[in-house]
Amino acid sequence: MTTIPQGAHAVRDQSAAATETTADDADPKLPPPVVYLDERFGVAKGFGLFKKVFPDHWSFLLGEIAMYSLIICLITGTFLTFWFVPSMGHVIYDGSFVPLKGVGMSEAYASTLDISFDIKGGLLIRQLHHWAALLFIVGIALHVARVFFTGAFRKPRELNWVIGTILSLLACVEGFAGYSLPDDLLSGTGIRAMNGFMSSAPVIGTYMTFFVFGGEFPGESIIPRLYIAHVLLIPAILVGLFAVHIFLVFWHKHTQYPGPGRTNTNVVGFPLLPVYTAKAGGFFFIVFGITALISALVTINPVWAYGPYDPGQVTAGSQPDFYMWFSDGALRLLPGWLEFELWGFTWSFNIFLGSLLLLPLVWTILGVYPFIEQWITGDKREHHLLDRPRNAPVRTAVGAAAISMYLVLAIATINDIIAIKLHLSINDITVALRVLFFVLPVIVFMVVKRLCLSLQRADRETVLHGTESGRIMRTPEGRFYEVHEELNEFDRWHLVQHEAQRPLSLTAGPDTDEYGVDRPVGPLESLRRKLSDFYFKDRIEPVTPSELAAAHHHGEAEALPGGTAQAIEESVDRADETAGLRSDDRP
Amino acid sequence: MSKLATYRRSPIALIVLLFLGLTFTGTAYAAFQPTAPTDAYSAANAAEDVDDVEAGQKLFLANCASCHGKNAEGNGTAGPSLAGVGSAAVDFQVGTGRMPLAAPGVQAPSDPNAVNFSDQEIAQLGAFVDSIGPGPGLPDEEYIDLANADIANGGKIFRTNCAMCHNSSAQGGALTRGKFAPDLMNVEPKHMYEAMLTGPQSMPVFNDYTITPQEKEDVIAFVVNIQEGGNSFGGHDLGSLGPAGDAVFVWTFGVALLVGAAVWLGRKAA
Amino acid sequence: MSDDQIAVHEPHAKPTTYVEPGPADRFENPGLPPHRPRRADVDDAAAKRAERQVTTLFGLSILGTLGFIVAYFLVDPNLRASILVIGHVNLYHVILGLTMAISLLGIGLGAVHWAKTLMPDTEIVEERHLQASDQEARDEAAGILSQGYRSAQLHRRPMLLLTAGGALGLFALPMALQVAGGLGPLPGDTLNHTVWRKGMKLLIDPSGTPLTPEMVTQGSVIHVLPEGFAGESSHGEDGPSALEIMEVKATASVLLVRLNPELIQSQKQRDWSVDGIVAYSKICTHVGCPVALYERQTHHLLCPCHQSTFDMTNDCEVIFGPAKRPLPQLPITVEDGYLVAADGFAEPVGPSFWERGE
Repeated sequence: MTTIPQGAHAVRDQSAAATETTADDADPKLPPPVVYLDERFGVAKGFGLFKKVFPDHWSFLLGEIAMYSLIICLITGTFLTFWFVPSMGHVIYDGSFVPLKGVGMSEAYASTLDISFDIKGGLLIRQLHHWAALLFIVGIALHVARVFFTGAFRKPRELNWVIGTILSLLACVEGFAGYSLPDDLLSGTGIRAMNGFMSSAPVIGTYMTFFVFGGEFPGESIIPRLYIAHVLLIPAILVGLFAVHIFLVFWHKHTQYPGPGRTNTNVVGFPLLPVYTAKAGGFFFIVFGITALISALVTINPVWAYGPYDPGQVTAGSQPDFYMWFSDGALRLLPGWLEFELWGFTWSFNIFLGSLLLLPLVWTILGVYPFIEQWITGDKREHHLLDRPRNAPVRTAVGAAAISMYLVLAIATINDIIAIKLHLSINDITVALRVLFFVLPVIVFMVVKRLCLSLQRADRETVLHGTESGRIMRTPEGRFYEVHEELNEFDRWHLVQHEAQRPLSLTAGPDTDEYGVDRPVGPLESLRRKLSDFYFKDRIEPVTPSELAAAHHHGEAEALPGGTAQAIEESVDRADETAGLRSDDRP
Repeated sequence: MSKLATYRRSPIALIVLLFLGLTFTGTAYAAFQPTAPTDAYSAANAAEDVDDVEAGQKLFLANCASCHGKNAEGNGTAGPSLAGVGSAAVDFQVGTGRMPLAAPGVQAPSDPNAVNFSDQEIAQLGAFVDSIGPGPGLPDEEYIDLANADIANGGKIFRTNCAMCHNSSAQGGALTRGKFAPDLMNVEPKHMYEAMLTGPQSMPVFNDYTITPQEKEDVIAFVVNIQEGGNSFGGHDLGSLGPAGDAVFVWTFGVALLVGAAVWLGRKAA
Repeated sequence: MSDDQIAVHEPHAKPTTYVEPGPADRFENPGLPPHRPRRADVDDAAAKRAERQVTTLFGLSILGTLGFIVAYFLVDPNLRASILVIGHVNLYHVILGLTMAISLLGIGLGAVHWAKTLMPDTEIVEERHLQASDQEARDEAAGILSQGYRSAQLHRRPMLLLTAGGALGLFALPMALQVAGGLGPLPGDTLNHTVWRKGMKLLIDPSGTPLTPEMVTQGSVIHVLPEGFAGESSHGEDGPSALEIMEVKATASVLLVRLNPELIQSQKQRDWSVDGIVAYSKICTHVGCPVALYERQTHHLLCPCHQSTFDMTNDCEVIFGPAKRPLPQLPITVEDGYLVAADGFAEPVGPSFWERGE
C-alpha cells in the first residue's frame, strides 16, 4: 500500500507537468576515452548492459551486504598482511602495551599487538576487518534465509544455490582461520579443540592431526598454514565462485516479488544506469560507513586482554565466533556415553558427531534442498516470481524448524555466559538444551505451518470482504454496520496471484489404468507421494473471481457495492428525492 | 458503572490480575526475608576500650553463632568450623558483605550494601575467630599498595591460576550447579589478597608458597589495571564477553542499521 | 485431521473432487499500477531542495576525508579519553574511525538520496526469455558435438578416449603425492607418552619452584610442570626450545591438589598419592583444553570449554559433560623432601584417538 505524503497532494493533483529534466540530450556524443576503448575492444556494442532492468526490493540488498563486507575484508586484509608476521617463533614482547612487556609469545601475537598499538590506525583496520567479517556472515545468513523462504532457489537457479552454499561454508572456514591467526589464548583454545576433534576421526584421526599440525600439538606449522589458507587459497576460491554467482544472477536476471504488472516472463524495475549504479554503489559506501562507525566505537577481539596462547592456560567464557557456535554447542551437548571401545579401538562419536560430521551434514542438507523439493513437487517449470513465504507453508515451516535446531546448538555454546548472567545452573541449562534440540523443531514446525495457513486465510477474508474502512453506517431500521472497502485490483492481485501447489496424489494421474488394474508404485515413488502429501495436503486456495462474485451476492460482504449497503443508500437517495432535496443540497 | 468496572471483562483483566498477584506475593516474600542483622552491640562497645577478642565474641554470638556455633566450632551443614581460617578470612567475608549470610543459596554473593559492620568491628570479629585457632592474618600494607608491582608478571600468574574461573578480563565465570566465580571489577586490593590467601567457598587456597606475597601484589596490580580501563582501547567493550558480546551486538544493532539502510534505499521517495 | 484440503471447511472452499480450474476462473494480472510522481518530479522547489541535500552529503564526505587526514598527522596516537556510554577509549582511534565513517557515509547516503529523489522513478518492463534454447539451437549444438566426436575418429577408435581418460585422470597424482608425502611426521608412539619419568620433580608453573608436601596445604591447587621445563630449570644452553616447552605444556601439565585422605574413595588413587596430595593430568580427555577449575568444597574439576566435570575424590571420574574417560593420574612420591613423579602416566593423556583402545 502506498501512503500519500503530506503537502504534495495539491501539487501532484494540479499538474501532470513534470519538472524540467532534459533527460534526453538532442545530440549525444561518446566521450573520447570510451571511443579509445571502442576502437580496441568494440565496447560500445556492450552498452546495452547499462539498460538492464533490476527489480527493486530491500530484501534483495541482503546479498549485497555480504558482497560489500567481503570487499571490505579484502581491502583491510591487504593492509594487515603488510605488518602481520605468520610465525609461531618465540619472541619477547617489547612494544608499548605495558601489561605484556617482557612476556614471551609467538611472533604472530607480537605482530598483532604491534598493529594494535604501534601502527597508526592499525587498531582501526584490525577492527574494521573483524567487524566486516562478522557482517559478511550475517549478510550471508540473512540472504540465504530470504532466498530460501521466497523459493528463489527453484529452477533455473538450483546450481546457483549450490554455489551459494559452498560460498557460505567457505566464509565460515575463512573466518575461523582468520581469527585464529593472532595466536591468542582464546583462539588458540579453539585450535586446541580443533586438534582434539580431528583426532577423534576413526582410522585417520591421528594421521590427520599430525599432518595438519606438522607433528604434535601445537607445533610450529599451524599458524603459517592457516595464514596461507586465509590470505590466498580460500579468498581465491571465494572470489572466483562469487564471480560465477553474480554472473548467474545477471544471466538469469534477478527474480522479483509478485505484483501487478509482474509476470513470470518479465522483469519490472529500474535500469542499471543511472538508478542502480547510484543505489548499489551508494549502498557499498553505506555498508562500509556503518562498518567504520561500528569499528570506531565498539571493541572487537581485544587480543591483548586474552594474553598469548599457552596450552596450560584457558579463560572462562571461551567461545568461537558466532558462526561456529553450533558446532561448539553440539560438543557441549553430546553426552560422553557416545564414546566406547570396540575391537581394540576407541570410537568417539561424542566428538565426531558434533564436529567432523556435523558441518558436512548441515551443508549437504542445505545444498541438496532444491533438488529434494523439486523431486517432491514434480515441478519442472522455470520460476522467476518469488513465493510469499505464507504461500508455501511447509517449506517455510521446515526452514523455521531447521533454524530452531541450529539456534539451540548455537545457544548451547554460551551456556556458561547465560549461567552467570541469569544466575542459573549451567548443568540445568545443558540438560534443558539437550531436550529442546529434539522438541523445539517439532513445536516450531507446527506453529509456523499453522501461522502460514492462518495468514493465507486472512488474505482470503481480505479479498472477499474488503478492508474495514472505520465508517459506521446506520440503517433506518436501526442496524449498525461497518462499511468495508473492497480492495482495488492492484492490491488484490498480491493476494490472489499465487497457485496452491497440489500433492502428486492429485496431479499425477489416476491410480488405476483403463482396465481398473492398479498401476504399480515403487517404494521410491511411494515415498515421494507421501512427502508430497506432507507438503501440500493442507493448503488454502486463492480466491477466484466466481468466489468473489458469490461473496457479493451472498451479501456477507454486505457493505460492498451490489450488497445491502448499496440498496440502503439507494433507498435513502429515493427518500430524499421524494422530499424534494437534490443530492447536492443534502447536508 | 465505574470506569474501572467497564474493563472487568476485558482480556487484559486476567493479565493485570496475574501481575498484581505476582507483585504482591513477591513483595511479601522479600519483606519477610531475613536481612543481614544489624549490630546489637555497637553502641555499647563504641566508646569503651574493650578487649578486641571479648568484643569480637559478643559480636560473634549475636551475628554468627546461630550457624557457626557459639565457639565457631561449626554447626553441621549450616556453617563450617572457623578454626584456622584466620582474621584474613573474616575481613574478607564480612568486609564484602558475604557474611552474615543473608539467604541460603548456592553461594554467598558479595553485597556492598550489606556490610553492616565498621572496620573496627570487623577487626574485633577477626580477633575472636583468630583466638579460636590461628590462621592467616591481614596482608601487609607493602603488598597491597601496588607501589612495586610488576603488572606483566601478575598477568602471567593470573592467566595460569585465575583466568579459567574469573575470565582473562576478570569478568567472572560459571562453575557447576549455579555457583560462579564473581567478576573482580569492584573488589579492593585488600580483599583480593585475602581471597587468594583464604580460598573462600569454592575458590581454592593460594598460599604464600605457591603464590608469594610479592606475586600476589603483582596479580592485584594486574587486575586493578583492568579495573581502571587499562584494557580499553577500541571502543565500548560489550561487557568483555568476547565473541558472545560481538554476536549480540552485530545481530541487534548491526542488523538494525544495515537492514534499516536497505529498507530506506528501497522505499519510494516522497 | 483428515486427508482433505483444509479449504473444504471454508465457506467459499473448492469442492473435494478435484477439478482443474479453467483459465477463466483466475483473476487476471491488472498490469502496472498508475505511476505516482514524486515531489521532486513536479515541484521545482522540492527538486532544488533534494539537490541541496545531496550536495551537502557529498560535501560532508569531503570534510570527513580531510578531517581524517588532519587527525592522522596532528593528533597524539596515544591520546585517551572517557566517552559517555562508550567508556575508556584511545581517542585517536575513535577520531580516525568517526572521520572515516563520515567520509564513507556521506558518499553512500548522497548517492542513494540522489537516486531516490532525482533519478527516474518510472518502472520499466523488460521481457525475459526462457533459459532453455529452442529445438533448432539444440539440434545444431548436438550436430557440432557429434561432428567433433566423429572428426576426431573417436567413434571408430575407442581406445583413444579410454587411454586419454586414464592419463588425464592420473596426471595430478605426482603433485598430490608430493604434498601428501611431505606432510608428517607419522604419529607413531608419540601420543602414548609424555615427558614425565620416574624421579622428575614437580615444579610450579610459571615460576619453576620445586614443591615439598608442606607447601601443598588443604584446599590448594597448584599448576605443575615437569622438571626441566619451567623456570630456571628450562634456561641454559641445554634447555628445551620454546617449541618443546609448548608441546610439554600441551601434554604434561599437571594439577596438584591436597585432599583429606578420608575422602578418597579409590585405593589406587590413594596408592599413587602422598598423604592426600594427588596429581592429575590437566589436559581434558574430551578435546584437550586445560581442566583447571577446581571447586574446593565439592572437590570437582570443571573444564571451561565444554563443561566436562571430574570428581577428584573418585579418581577423577566424569560426572557430567561430554567427556568419557577420567583424567589420568600421575603417581607421585617424595624424594629428598621434594615431590617427584613415581613413574610416567600409565595411559595416554588428553583427547581420545582411534588407536587408544583400552
